[in-house]
Amino acid sequence: MVLIVFGLVMVYPLLWMIASSVKPDALIFRDPSLLPTKTDFSHYADGWNALSHPFGLYLLNSAIVVLGALLGNLVSCSMAAYAFARLKFRGRAFFFGMMMLTLMVPVYVLIIPQYVMFSKIEWVNTFLPLIVPKFLATDAFFIFLMVQFFRGLPTELDEAAKIDGAGYWRIYFRILLPISLPALATTAIFTFIWTWNDFLSQLIYLTKPELQTAPVALRNYVDATSGASWGSLFAMSVITLIPVFIVFLVGQRYLVKGIATTGMK
Amino acid sequence: MLRRPLSRAARKEERTAWVFLLPWFVGMAGVTLGPMIASLYFSMTDYNLLSSPQWVGFENYSKMLDDPRLRQSLSVTFVYVALSVPLLLAVALALAMVLNRGIKGLAFYRSVYYLPSLLGASVAVGILWRQVFGTEGLVNKFLGLFGVQGPGWISNPDTALYSLVVLHVWTFGSSMVIFLAGLRQIPEQYYEAAALDGAGRLHQFRHVTLPLLTPIIFFNLVLQVISSFQSFTQAFVVSGGTGGPSDSTLFYSLYLYDEGFGRLHMGYASAMAWLLVVIVGALTAINFYFSKRWVFYGDGK
Repeated sequence: MVLIVFGLVMVYPLLWMIASSVKPDALIFRDPSLLPTKTDFSHYADGWNALSHPFGLYLLNSAIVVLGALLGNLVSCSMAAYAFARLKFRGRAFFFGMMMLTLMVPVYVLIIPQYVMFSKIEWVNTFLPLIVPKFLATDAFFIFLMVQFFRGLPTELDEAAKIDGAGYWRIYFRILLPISLPALATTAIFTFIWTWNDFLSQLIYLTKPELQTAPVALRNYVDATSGASWGSLFAMSVITLIPVFIVFLVGQRYLVKGIATTGMK
Repeated sequence: MLRRPLSRAARKEERTAWVFLLPWFVGMAGVTLGPMIASLYFSMTDYNLLSSPQWVGFENYSKMLDDPRLRQSLSVTFVYVALSVPLLLAVALALAMVLNRGIKGLAFYRSVYYLPSLLGASVAVGILWRQVFGTEGLVNKFLGLFGVQGPGWISNPDTALYSLVVLHVWTFGSSMVIFLAGLRQIPEQYYEAAALDGAGRLHQFRHVTLPLLTPIIFFNLVLQVISSFQSFTQAFVVSGGTGGPSDSTLFYSLYLYDEGFGRLHMGYASAMAWLLVVIVGALTAINFYFSKRWVFYGDGK
C-alpha cells in the first residue's frame, strides 16, 4: 500500500506533464488533476513549429548523434575489451590500470582542451566531436563492462576454436561477440540513453540552429517562450522523453543487470 | 626480471592485441591524455581562444583563492552533495529492503522507481521541475490543500537549491537496484540463525543486513559523491543558465562553464577544472580512509 502511494508520488510529475501537454494553457495551473476535462492537442502542432526549424529536425540530429555514438562504442569498446580480457601482451596490467584511472577523470578537465582542439580543426558545428571519440574507445565504462563479461566466459571456447584453426579475428567475430549479446545490449542501451540525454557537449559544439539536438532546442525553447506557453513546452518535452521510455521498456532486463553488476547509473 | 624471447605464436598474439587496442591508444593519446596535459598548460595561461595563450604561471590558481563566486559555487555544491547523497542512499536502501521482502509485482515496482533515474538528467525533466516547484506549481498546489501558501521555490534564493536536491533524490532508482542486487546475496541462513537466537526484525537489520551491505553502501556512496559533485544539466536548466537567483544554484560545474564558455576565460576555467580533480580525488580518498571503520568485508579481508 505504502509502495503504491510512494510510486504514485514518484511518477505523478511525469503523468502530470503528459496530461498538461493536452490541456488548454489556462487549465494547466488551475487544475492539477491527471485527467484533462478538456483536451487540446494543438500544443503538439504549436511546439513542433515554434522554433526556427520544425522539431523533427532536432530529433533527427539527436538520432544521428546517438546512432554514431552507439556504433562507435560497440565496435571500439568490444575490440579493446577483447584485447584486455583474452590476449597476452606486454604492459597489459599497466594499460588496464590506466584505462580504469580514466574513469575517474572529471569531464570538465577534458572539455576545454578538447573544445580548443576541435575548434582548431574546424569541427565545431559538426557532429564529429560528439561521434569520433566514441570510435576511439573513450567510454572506459563499457570497456570495463565487456572485460568483466568476457572474463566470465570459459576460455575453452577460444582454445577449441584455435585448434580448429581459427585466428583471433575469427574468434572475436564468430565466437565472443555472438555470445556476448547481453553485454553488447547493455552497452547499446546505456549509450543510447546517456547520449540522448546528454546536454553539455551538445550545447558547446552545436550552436547553429539547423544542427541542434533535441535537448539543446528544448532549452532554447524555454528562453524563447519565457514561460508563456507551458502546454507546448511540455508537449515537446514529452516527445523528447518518449525514445528513452521506449528503450527503457524494451531493454529493462539488460539495464537492471547492467547496473547491478557494474554500478552504472 | 628476465625476459625470455617471445615465441612466434606469442609475438603474433601480441601484434594482434596492439591492433585490437589501436582505437583505444589513439583515443587515450588524442582525446584523453593529450587534452589533460594541454589543460594543465592552459591553467597556467591567460587564454581566450582567439589570441594565443599568455603564460601567467600560478596566477589563475592564486586568483581562485579570493574569488567570491568560486567560494559561493563551492559552498552550493558541497551543500547539494551533503544533503542529496545521504538522503538518496537512505531512500534507495529503505525501498530496496521493502521490495526485497518478496512482495508481489516486484518487477513492476522496480521499474516505476527506476524510471526517474533514467529521465532525471534530461532537459525535459529540468523544465518539468521548474514548473513543479514554481509559484503556482504542483508542490504549492499540494500545500494549498492544507491551507499552506508555499513560496516560489525556484525563484527564492533560500529554497532554489532544495528543489534541485529533491530532484536528485528523485533519481534514487539506480542505487536502489544496486542495493537490491546486494540484498539478494545475503544467505537466508544468516537470518534463520539470527531468528533462532531470538533476534527481531530490527535486530536482524542492525546486525545482519547492515554489516553485510556496507561494501555496497560504500560503493554507492563513492559513485554518488563523484557524480553529484559534477552535476550540471539540471542546475543549468532550472536556473536558466545563470545559477540564480543570486547565485544560489551556482554549481561548481555551472560556474566553470560560465567562465570557460560564457566569458572565454579558458585559462581560469582550466585551473578550476584541476581544483575539481583535487576535490573529487580528496573526497574519494576521505571516503576510502573512513571506510576502514565501517565497511565490513567479512572474513577479516
